[in-house]
Amino acid sequence: MNFIRKFYYGDIPDQKGSDEIKDAKNPLAGGRGAGHDWPLWEVFIRSKQGLDHKHAGSLHAADSQMAIENARDVYTRRMEGVSIWVVESKYIHASSPDEAASLYEPANDKVYRHPTFYDLPDEVNHM
Amino acid sequence: MPVQDFEQLFQDKIDNEIKIEPKDWMPEAYRKTNIRQISQHAHSEIVGMLPEGNWISRAPSLKRKAILLAKVQDEAGHGLYLYSAAETLGMPREEMINDLHSGKAKYSSIFNYPTLTWADIGAIGWLVDGAAIMNQVMLTRTSYGPYARAMVRICKEESFHQRQGFEILLVLSRGTTAQKAMCQDAINRWWWPALMMFGPKDSESTNSDQSMKWKIKRKTNDELRQNFVDMIAEQIKTLGMKLPDDQLKWNTERKHYDFGEIDWDEFWQVVKGNGPCNKQRLEARRKAWENGEWVREAAAAYARKRADRQKDKAA
Ligand SMILES: [Fe+2]
Ligand SMILES: [Fe+2]
Repeated sequence: MNFIRKFYYGDIPDQKGSDEIKDAKNPLAGGRGAGHDWPLWEVFIRSKQGLDHKHAGSLHAADSQMAIENARDVYTRRMEGVSIWVVESKYIHASSPDEAASLYEPANDKVYRHPTFYDLPDEVNHM
Repeated sequence: MPVQDFEQLFQDKIDNEIKIEPKDWMPEAYRKTNIRQISQHAHSEIVGMLPEGNWISRAPSLKRKAILLAKVQDEAGHGLYLYSAAETLGMPREEMINDLHSGKAKYSSIFNYPTLTWADIGAIGWLVDGAAIMNQVMLTRTSYGPYARAMVRICKEESFHQRQGFEILLVLSRGTTAQKAMCQDAINRWWWPALMMFGPKDSESTNSDQSMKWKIKRKTNDELRQNFVDMIAEQIKTLGMKLPDDQLKWNTERKHYDFGEIDWDEFWQVVKGNGPCNKQRLEARRKAWENGEWVREAAAAYARKRADRQKDKAA
C-alpha cells in the first residue's frame, strides 16, 4: 500500500528530507551519556486541594527527587498543581485493552445498580 | 483474528472518534507516521528555542526579557510533552535525540531563518507561533490520545506567545520612524517563510491520503494556510503595516483572501538543509548536548549514591 507519502504541515516525509549530515565525530554514536540510564517516570498532579491526583504525563529523571523537580518545571509552570506524585513507569501495571470486553463483562447486566432502574411515584421527592 | 479484521476494527474506532491509546492495536504505518510526526514536532519546539534565545540577553527591557525567557521555557516544555508522547509508541528518547543531532530527523524549516533585529521576536510570536497554533488547534482532535492531550496542554500556553509577539510589533508600530521601519522589515522577512510552514500545496500531493483517513491530520495544508492568511490579513490593519504581497486581496466570492505564489524553490532548498541557519542550529544543539554531559553524569552518580545510602540505612 502507498502509505504516508503526502507532505503535511509538520510531517516531512523521509524521502524529501535533507541529505543526512555526515559527521564522523557524532558524539552520540555510542549512545554514551544519552540519559539512557535515567528511568521514565509517570507524573500525577493534584490541581487543587480537595481533588484527586491526575495523570499529567511522563519524564526522565535520575531519581525520584529529580523527577519531582522536573515535573514542577515541566507540568506546573502556571500554578497547575499543589501536589505532585511521581512513580517509575515500570511499576505501573495496566489492564489489557484486548481483554476489556471480558474484564468489564460482570458489570454489564446489572442495571439495578443505577438509581434510574427504580420506578417511584412522582410524589416521592429528593430520592 | 486476521489482520484485516484488526484493521477494520481500528478504522471503525477512528471513524467513531474513539481515541487510540498506547496499548491498543494499531497498524504499523500508523505507529510510524505518528512517531515521525510527533518527534519532528518535538524537535521543532526544541530547535525553535534557538532563534529566540538569540535575543534573551539583548531584550530591550527587563520586562521583555522576563517574557521572552518564559516563552522560550514554554517551548522547552512543549518539546518535552511531545517527546514523552512519542515514547508511548515505543520510540526511545535517546534515539530521537540521536536522530536530531545526526541530521536524520527533521524539524520545521522556519527555524532555519535568522533573527536579525528585536522586531523579529515580535514577528516570530505573531506569525510563526500564529501559524503553529493553526496546526496545533487542529491536532487537539488528532486520533492518537497522548498526542491530542499534549496538544491541549500546548494550545493553552500558545496564545500568550502570539499575543506577546503582536504586542511587541504594536509598540514598534507606534514608535519612531526607525522603529516603524524595523517592524515592517521583520514582517517582510517572516511573512513568506511563515506561509511555507504549512507545507506544499495540496495539488502537489497525488498520493494516498492516509493521514486524513486515520484522522492524524484533519485539515489540508491549503485549508490551514488560507485560515492563517485570512486571520493575519485582518490583524495587520491594527499595526498599520503591510504584508509583502501585491496580490493579497479580499475575494468576495470565495469569502477568503487571495494571495500570491510562494517561492517553492526556496522552500525545498531550506527543507533539504540549505537554509541560512541549518548548520548553525544543529551545531548549537549538539554543543548543548556535549556540554551537558558532565551534568548528566553527575546527576546519575548522585542518584546512585543516594540509593546506596538508603540501602545502608535499611540494612
Ligand atoms: Fe510551542
Ligand atoms: Fe509557542
